[in-house]
Amino acid sequence: MNSELQTARFSELALDSGETLRDVEVAYESYGQLNDRKSNAILIVHAFTGDAHAASLDGDAAPGWWSSMIGPGKAFDTDRYFVLCSNVLGGCRGTTGPSSIDLATGKPYGMSFPVITIGDMVRLQHLLVESLGISQLLAVSGGSMGGMQALEWAVSFPEAVYASIPIATTGRHTAQQIAFNEVGRQAIVADPDFQDGSYYESKPPARGLAVARMVGHITYMSDESMREKFGRKLRGREEFSYGFGVDFEVESYLRYRGSQFVGRFDANSYLYITKAMDYFDLTSGYPSLGASLERAQCRFLVISFTSDWLYPSYQSLEIVNALRSRNHDVTYCELTSTYGHDAFLVDVKDQTGIVRGFLARCERELEAAG
Amino acid sequence: MKVHDVLGRKDYALISKLIPTGSRVLDLGCGDGALLAFLKENKGIDARGIELNPELVQAAVARGVSVYQGDLESSLREYPDKAFDYVLLSQTVQETRRPLKVLTEMLRIGSHAIVAFPNFGHWRVRFSHLMSGRAPQTRLFPHAWHASPNIHFLTVLDFEELTREQGWLVERRLFLSGSRRVSHFPNLCAEIAVYLLKSQR
Repeated sequence: MNSELQTARFSELALDSGETLRDVEVAYESYGQLNDRKSNAILIVHAFTGDAHAASLDGDAAPGWWSSMIGPGKAFDTDRYFVLCSNVLGGCRGTTGPSSIDLATGKPYGMSFPVITIGDMVRLQHLLVESLGISQLLAVSGGSMGGMQALEWAVSFPEAVYASIPIATTGRHTAQQIAFNEVGRQAIVADPDFQDGSYYESKPPARGLAVARMVGHITYMSDESMREKFGRKLRGREEFSYGFGVDFEVESYLRYRGSQFVGRFDANSYLYITKAMDYFDLTSGYPSLGASLERAQCRFLVISFTSDWLYPSYQSLEIVNALRSRNHDVTYCELTSTYGHDAFLVDVKDQTGIVRGFLARCERELEAAG
Repeated sequence: MKVHDVLGRKDYALISKLIPTGSRVLDLGCGDGALLAFLKENKGIDARGIELNPELVQAAVARGVSVYQGDLESSLREYPDKAFDYVLLSQTVQETRRPLKVLTEMLRIGSHAIVAFPNFGHWRVRFSHLMSGRAPQTRLFPHAWHASPNIHFLTVLDFEELTREQGWLVERRLFLSGSRRVSHFPNLCAEIAVYLLKSQR
């Protein structure tokens, strides 16, 4: 059972910045069947440039960004669970964001869109979940920025989440993570086509956005995966060009990825969403991470990957140890992979076994608790 | 068929008898989580484990046990005092680098500690050492000296002395040879010793 992209509408959303966003739309997809007690819903929360199309259960449709994990018999088994995924607030794939039309002006928001946070994204998802009549999610799960949302859910709506599965993520962005995001933002802003974000009637800042994406892709891979995939291989030639065209395979790959990204992603969304990640800090307003996580009532499964240097394991361990210091129920695994940060998307064999076992346990315990 | 025959480890049935229904239990070096899963199934415990080997961690999670992947010697300090009713160390105390520190931490974070270890004072071990003049190799200690995970060799007498020195209360002590209970000369006849301890502090 595969739903088409659907849209839910909400009249307003209060934001962490103090502003209120009006006429908010959320694009979402769902897979599998919600049971009568509405106790088998799993919310999948996407990473930075993902969207609501997390999976495709129809063979001929385009595969979703987490098709490896969602489907019949997969980790998020759609024969058992009702799996829901929505595009994040500030995105450009159907949910209200800077490229959406501001009904007050009849024009795209552009830079007049309010600055948003991970908390705002989660608050909107909560509206969606409530509107579907689901009072408690069996689980919320995602990698990278999705992991931040999974954590935020646990502390912001403790009674609405039975289990949280943050993967390859952090409780707060570090200087290095902010730095990479800032390079991407500056590449966009420096593009003359950016025009303070009012480019919707002319051409988008394609070069800046492509460079931002190239930087991003480097951080998603590992030294080892890049050596394996590209090495020093030359692209379509036997000798150096002694010029500045494409010599190396890796140059070609990054350029291709960059230019491909421009067609599917909005530069303003890039700015807003990266800023939301940079603002993310679970400890904010609390004396410690443990004190902040004390709000959570759910059980946790935290997963990190050995070769992920963008969200290294020590950051997952900070979360896990903060939970253990409060004697909170947490399972932690560091999976071995050479794929770097991308591992949670592409190296899913071990991850599947762990998520499946954890979910089965949660299902049993929730059942036993009545 | 008895429980330990199914599980292949002699102390499972015994440990199960020592733990009341519904307890909060932490198993150090929980392996693939078989013991915890067994206790969860039979005793309705809140099952937590610590295990370093990633493959075993994955197996344990797949069994529905809550596991923390880490080195047990450096992983205990995070837990608050008396976080658990029972903290188990099943046949790994002789593999830890600093056993006394581990045992002390177990009694800090748990109301009770259960320690099971192979008894190096068993007559077969003594006989092997005496007759061969080499590091003993028996069915309980099958490894060559350089390949053994055991880095401390302790006997029932050694452990008794430690409990006195440390002022730990021994609530139960159980001795096994194969699957038989041993009631006389445990330091000579027991292959496995199981202690239920409580801190008197």
